[in-house]
Amino acid sequence: MASELEIVWLSLKVASVATAACAIPAIAVAWVMARRVFWGRSLLNVLIHLPLVLPPVVTGYFLLLAFGRRGVVGAWLDQALGFQFSFRWTGAALAAGVTAFPLIVRSIQLGIENVDRQYEEVAATLGARPLWVLLTVTLPLALPGILAGLVIGFAKALGEFGATITFVSNIPGETQTLALGIFTALERPGGDAVAMRLAMFSVAISVVALFASELLARSLKRRNA
Amino acid sequence: MSVNVNVRHAVGRLRLEVDIRVGNGLTALVGPSGSGKTTLLNVIAGLVRPEHAVIRIGDEVLADTAAGIWVPAHRRRIGYVFQEPRLLPHLTVRQNLVLGRWFHRNRTGGPSLDDVSRLLNLDELQHRYPSRLSGGEKQRVALGRALLAHPQLLLLDEPLAAVDQRHRSEILPFLDRLRRDHSLPAIYVTHTLNEVSGRADHVVELGDASASVSADAYFSRSST
Repeated sequence: MASELEIVWLSLKVASVATAACAIPAIAVAWVMARRVFWGRSLLNVLIHLPLVLPPVVTGYFLLLAFGRRGVVGAWLDQALGFQFSFRWTGAALAAGVTAFPLIVRSIQLGIENVDRQYEEVAATLGARPLWVLLTVTLPLALPGILAGLVIGFAKALGEFGATITFVSNIPGETQTLALGIFTALERPGGDAVAMRLAMFSVAISVVALFASELLARSLKRRNA
Repeated sequence: MSVNVNVRHAVGRLRLEVDIRVGNGLTALVGPSGSGKTTLLNVIAGLVRPEHAVIRIGDEVLADTAAGIWVPAHRRRIGYVFQEPRLLPHLTVRQNLVLGRWFHRNRTGGPSLDDVSRLLNLDELQHRYPSRLSGGEKQRVALGRALLAHPQLLLLDEPLAAVDQRHRSEILPFLDRLRRDHSLPAIYVTHTLNEVSGRADHVVELGDASASVSADAYFSRSST
């Protein structure tokens, strides 16, 4: 087992990278789902939410098939760019990101749906192109939903277990995040104290994240009230 | 500059058939609620796409649905003051005012922020957020915001509807000044002619509520 601080640090890194990498695609997908009517919308909706309802082990297995060293995408990435997901922390971040993605999209989509379209119309009559409407009106007004989505996504990524262990195994210092660390400690005789300390770290991180988002949301609400 | 609007549109029970020509100055578009006045303004602004429309400002064709021409709202240069002020709640008064300018940084001419602030008495509101303004103040900011975007046509949709009686008298004089200082064609939608009596250069009446609406009547009244 790696040192406890190493585990905490790795978990923060994996969850942060996963959440950050999800942010822009999640905003794009959420905007499309909230504001556009198109053929195949329901299918896209099902695809986005699949990781939320699939057993995480199945998600991990599919990731292994696609992004493993002999996977369709994984083999190409390895040959073309020399980049590997398997048994690396980047793979843990991918697994965490994929499972967190639906939750992030849901929250941002709700945030965008709550933005009164009247404001978007105003910006258009003032000469704003659709992209500017999105950047200056829709996203700023949907910010509480975006922040909430990122916090929920971060929490989900921090707690990811099944997909991670299936896809990139449980390698100390590389893919052993908090959840996997606690699991490993509990398997060991006398590991209870370590498990408890890691659990406390999890609680502390979650509480800080929740408080931070609550404070941000409150200051936004005060301004827009 | 003259504005030509020929629109045919049906949504639900509303059937809108309008053919009007509007010159410089304030044109009052009067009709009972439900007669499609707001819909007509939305069509002119480019926010609603009707079955049929030919819209021209001067020589510029903004819409000719038969020819497949439909200039999107953001390229029409039409200022729109909605019934509710619709100030962006996350921006200060000043940021709301200069928004149109900011979207069109290369557009020159038109009134300056100082001009508009003076005209509408907005100097002291600049750094406030919309949530800290009264109804009358909000509507003045909305009017200023539309003017600062340097439009070639101004649309006003019952701008006094959301303003209480006490504050109406705060806005009407500004409309008079606006007519005097800016030779800009403006369409003012209202359900009572009283609101604009003595202020409109032209009056166009939209007919009965549920029935088919046509306003090809175009008559002029000398302003007092």
